[in-house]
Amino acid sequence: MDGEQVGQQALRLHIPDTERGPGAEPPEVRFISAAGEMRRPELDEPVERIALMRKQMVRVLDDDGAATGPWDPQLTADQLRTGLRDMMLVRAFDARLLQAHRQGKISFYMQCLGEEAIACAHKRALHPADMHFPTYRQQGLLIAGGYPIVQMMNQVLSNEADPLKGRQLPIMYSSKEYGFFTISGNLATQYVQGVGWAMASALSGDTRIASAWIGEGATAESDFHAALLFASTYRAPVILNIVNNQWAISTPEDFARGASATFADRGFGYSIPALRVDGNDYLAVYAATRWAAARARGNLGPTLVEWVTLRRGAHSTSDDPSVYRPAGEASHFPLGDPIANLQRHLVTLGQWDDDRHAALSNELDAEVAAAFAEADAHGSVKSGHTADPRTMFDDVYAELPRHLREQRDQVGR
Amino acid sequence: MSAADVPLPDPGEREITYVAAFIEAVKLEMAADPDVFIAGEDVGAHGGVFHTFDGVQTQFGERRAVDTPISEQAIIGLGIGAAVTGLRPIVDLMFMDFVLVAADQIANQAAKLKYMFGGQAKLPLTITTVGGAGLSAAAQHSQSLEALFCHIPGIKVVFPSNPYDVKGLMAASVREDNPVLFVLHKRMLGQRGAVPVERYEIPLGQARISRPGSDVTLVSWGKTAADSLVAAEQLAGEGIDVEVVDLRTLSPLDIGTVVESVRRTNRVVVAHEAVRFGGFGAEVAAQIQEEAFDYLDAPVGRVAAPFSPVPFTPALETRYVPDPARIAAGVRAAVARPLLGR
Ligand SMILES: Cc1ncc(C[n+]2csc(CCOP(=O)(O)OP(=O)(O)O)c2C)c(N)n1
Repeated sequence: MDGEQVGQQALRLHIPDTERGPGAEPPEVRFISAAGEMRRPELDEPVERIALMRKQMVRVLDDDGAATGPWDPQLTADQLRTGLRDMMLVRAFDARLLQAHRQGKISFYMQCLGEEAIACAHKRALHPADMHFPTYRQQGLLIAGGYPIVQMMNQVLSNEADPLKGRQLPIMYSSKEYGFFTISGNLATQYVQGVGWAMASALSGDTRIASAWIGEGATAESDFHAALLFASTYRAPVILNIVNNQWAISTPEDFARGASATFADRGFGYSIPALRVDGNDYLAVYAATRWAAARARGNLGPTLVEWVTLRRGAHSTSDDPSVYRPAGEASHFPLGDPIANLQRHLVTLGQWDDDRHAALSNELDAEVAAAFAEADAHGSVKSGHTADPRTMFDDVYAELPRHLREQRDQVGR
Repeated sequence: MSAADVPLPDPGEREITYVAAFIEAVKLEMAADPDVFIAGEDVGAHGGVFHTFDGVQTQFGERRAVDTPISEQAIIGLGIGAAVTGLRPIVDLMFMDFVLVAADQIANQAAKLKYMFGGQAKLPLTITTVGGAGLSAAAQHSQSLEALFCHIPGIKVVFPSNPYDVKGLMAASVREDNPVLFVLHKRMLGQRGAVPVERYEIPLGQARISRPGSDVTLVSWGKTAADSLVAAEQLAGEGIDVEVVDLRTLSPLDIGTVVESVRRTNRVVVAHEAVRFGGFGAEVAAQIQEEAFDYLDAPVGRVAAPFSPVPFTPALETRYVPDPARIAAGVRAAVARPLLGR
């Protein structure tokens, strides 16, 4: 066809082919490498060469539970058991709070079922003082960082001990001390802020790096793209994490990915080295995080990481996924479950067995139950044991201006 | 047209919810005109996280009920681009707080394009969103930001208070040749009311006296207009006869209906859910004193939210959002004010 004829043809809009609903086939996960197959590039390897790996995947654990290949982070058995414990604690924590939602003690919750390895291994692979700019699915950063789970529960229950004084949505934790920037209700804003924090850390000659988080769906926001550009221009010491859990509420990942092959593809246009990593493989997450962190600490600039995983549950307690999700998606998911994957590895090493697993599981359930009982004793959003209405005016500004003092006095009356 | 010409539901009309009235309007416009389509996050297969587009994709297919990636700027940009080609897009921003993510596209672009094109462009664009507090959705998912857009010439702002108005105002918004910001209140979605089956339009820019009264005028919109009716019933028991004016459209503002009422009652209170400082109530109050100063027996009263972000927890949020009791207190204060110097 020459240009003339092309001009005569009626244009037609492409709509992503998205079979959804319980009757649809579970979507395929593209480009899965075998464990150990993907090369481990030099920290300063040219971005063009790293871009050639955009359709590969960092994987360390093979189907038999053995660790293999150049990305094996060589963790000790104790480190592995710690990782397993972190992930299981996150899962038990989520389960207890979902139960609390069913019991009517909390009004909202978001779990990270199936995604535990990413935040847990990432946190352990960085320094405690590094700063995270999380989304609502990185509770593992706090838990693996040793933040008291009872404090998290106080926040979710919005009770009188809530460290955020009843102001934030449940699960939108903040802790400066534990390197956990406050979570934004509006998507993607934390990405630009994380890059800004990293630029400032470099500007002031600090040693801390930043780690910014986003879901694959939210990469459609302009903030994501602007963050990549700033990170690229100033070689900011930041890790740019994309958690690709296949879904953005009801929308499959291909809407946000467009015609690109992978989300790791987003890096090359900004000359940012990008890795694609099995997010359900604790060892792969740990190793890839160390690689990205070493680049940042060595003034080699930002790294983009696409963590491939699956959102196994509903988007939130307000969501009913049955209308849009194919049935059997979790069992069909080729990367398995992060806890089962690491458990199998420890068993293969002769460092774990079913009895110890069951005992740990019971211990964590008891720990979570005790923490919940303690938090619950401070009341809940439903029991009205919440912050004094007068506190509504605190922290609106650094100081309490006159007109707010007047309004506060009226509430007090 | 005067307010009296606005069609009213017949007695005995079937009752449907506020959200069902919205969906019905969308479907009727789409059925009548192939140029009308919807686009936004989760509006297709899901039907919208507030179910505001339930069944639209099933009825009209993926080309006219378009799921988009999560980019509010691009969603409004899509709407603008489509509107200038002559289509009549309905683009959705889920939570009203997200209008700020797309504020440039709305305020600097959509609202000004016709003007900047020297009049050559037409923008029949409807931006739908769900605003308001009261569901424990916290500071970034609970705001009432309508005043910001009333401040921008070139865009119209609609905020209905009941199912009947939702349907008629939405039909008019889709047929409107200017960009319209159409705000639904998230706590009203399940409210039921009488709604005719057939298509009808309520012209933009017409307030309605939703309760006649003689002692004091109470002006509001959105959920606060519904709460004002509740407050008025309470006050009736105390012998205060309140006239409630539901603005329905904030921009353009039907100040005529308000002023006409104030000239009869001589007292007026404006109530809204957004923060009081710099709120749209200030504009209404200013226009009342400009046009009815000599008729006022008391300063124009205002009932609105305090000057802080919307808190999450119900214990705080219920103290924050004006409710019928606080509206009634505001009206009592206006009525109690003695006539001085007359
Ligand atoms: C600016 C903005 N737009 C839309 C939303 C509504 N919203 C909340 S979560 C979500 C989906 C995000 O999906 P993704 O980024 O893939 O993260 P996931 O939930 O899968 O972890 C949407 C659309 C929002 N909170 N903020």
